[in-house]
Amino acid sequence: MSLYQETLMSLRQKLLAQEIQPLDILQSLRKRVEKVESHLQAYTHFDWEKAEREAQEADLSKPLGGIPIAIKDAIAVKDQPLTCSSRLLQKFVSPYDATVIKKLRQAGAYPLGRANMDEFAMGSSTENSARGPTKNPWDFDRIPGGSSGGSAACVAADTAIVSLGSDTGGSIRQPAALCGCVGLKPTYGRVSRYGLVAFASSLDQIGPLGKTVEDTALVLEAIAGHDAYDCTSLKEPVVSYADALKKEDLKKLRVGVPKEYFRQGIDSQVETAVKKAIQQLEDLGATLIEISLPHTDYALSSYYIIAPAEASANLARFDGVRYGARVKDGKDVLDVYRRTREAGFGHEVKRRILLGTYVLSSGYYDAYYLRAQKVRTLIRQDFQKAFEQCDVIVTPTSPTAAFRLGEKTEDPLKMYLADVFTIAVNMAGLCGLSVPCGFVEEKGKKLPVGLQLIGKAFDETTLLQVGHAYEQVTSWRKMKPNLL
Amino acid sequence: MQDDSAMTLSSDKFNINYVAGLARIELTPEESEKFQHQLDTILGNVKQLQSLALDGIEPTAHSFPVYNVWRADEEKVSLPVEMALKNAPNHANDLILMPKIVDS
Repeated sequence: MSLYQETLMSLRQKLLAQEIQPLDILQSLRKRVEKVESHLQAYTHFDWEKAEREAQEADLSKPLGGIPIAIKDAIAVKDQPLTCSSRLLQKFVSPYDATVIKKLRQAGAYPLGRANMDEFAMGSSTENSARGPTKNPWDFDRIPGGSSGGSAACVAADTAIVSLGSDTGGSIRQPAALCGCVGLKPTYGRVSRYGLVAFASSLDQIGPLGKTVEDTALVLEAIAGHDAYDCTSLKEPVVSYADALKKEDLKKLRVGVPKEYFRQGIDSQVETAVKKAIQQLEDLGATLIEISLPHTDYALSSYYIIAPAEASANLARFDGVRYGARVKDGKDVLDVYRRTREAGFGHEVKRRILLGTYVLSSGYYDAYYLRAQKVRTLIRQDFQKAFEQCDVIVTPTSPTAAFRLGEKTEDPLKMYLADVFTIAVNMAGLCGLSVPCGFVEEKGKKLPVGLQLIGKAFDETTLLQVGHAYEQVTSWRKMKPNLL
Repeated sequence: MQDDSAMTLSSDKFNINYVAGLARIELTPEESEKFQHQLDTILGNVKQLQSLALDGIEPTAHSFPVYNVWRADEEKVSLPVEMALKNAPNHANDLILMPKIVDS
């Protein structure tokens, strides 16, 4: 097995046993990237020389010492491009490190490569990227999911060991499911958002993607915790997530299965794979309980009011004044704003800004935005009631496997439905984990399916325990796409 | 130039050019037509929320109560000016340049 194929955990063991050096990992990854990246387009940028220096200087005594981590192109790494896959930020260079990057460096890791994404994290397919779409490693004619499609594809295709993504409505979990890797959206407030380009501030959260649950636990441990630079990061203690994985049976665990998540719209092969996985949790000792989340059907509509509303405010800063591209020959200030935003933003970003502006505009605020916020309360209450009956909730991560490139680009509403099972978690501020749980067959190609585990706020430990225990009795994670 | 945001809404219908004016985005005629149609469909879909009885329900802006966090009013090192201006499209004398706003 080549080093690029290994997990973070096994590479750390080899580093500590002095069987390999950090530079060996980097060189192995570089060869892999040179072979497959032109087909995959999972990255927007690399700085190999800088990475080489950082690999050579790595402190192996640190928990993630010598490990390179791919970073979504929405998270600031000092002196590296930060484009958010937007034309508007093509030349932007970060003046500072995001808090998660500082923490990763403190843990001995270093950033390697900027992972492709939907522009400003708006999308479910990574097709809304100025870089061009990332391809699904299992079928180059299909999308990898989004918005963190690059972060998921690079892990699944072994061009990264682990990566960071961000999740506003499913942007870590859905691409992880569609590419066949593990993706964790931590509880809102668990990880600092300082240095993450804001999309919808009350929903955004940074999280890890990896080849195993254990690897994501190790990265979460490094990046979690309160940060004075983000007033929404909370002072909950950070536990040793990797240590918590030692418990492998699920006796006494109550697993809630929400009936609203197994209705029409879900692909039959996806449903079969997910139901089989739920059965395996029962075999591991868990008790299954049917639960109800009655406002599930309203989550998507309220999300597509709240998220664009917040986005329209957050993206007001991209006006061509202080940073980013600016149109030449602007005749007055307003002309600069309007034509810069016309030229700089792609269609989906414009649609969401327009939608958000509308629902916040005078006369419509109560009808749309306030109403959506009240529905958000009902969604939260649904989960609060459900967690009185169970410890963790299981659902499919996505209603279908990866769809074809271009299949949904002309129909935004159809595209939004790709997030139908993931957005309620963000609306309620909970944590969610997607783990590979099987495959569907589409025209002779195997496409991965993800199982979503939803946990109580700040109970990442239970999610990781369940995901890890499931992983130990299945072999999905060992299956790899036959790339080239 | 005409500022679309100064226009008033003539009907209850979603008016793409009025909203684009508010959002400070100039749209091509093709975009206006396309977005008008797409956003009409999306707004039609989210109208399902009107079927819910929401009297007495408190709105949620944040999943957890968020309070303003104050720190001591002490001077701290921040981004040096030259770093802050590095990404500016046009600057001189430590200032960002823009077209003139007020005629002298």
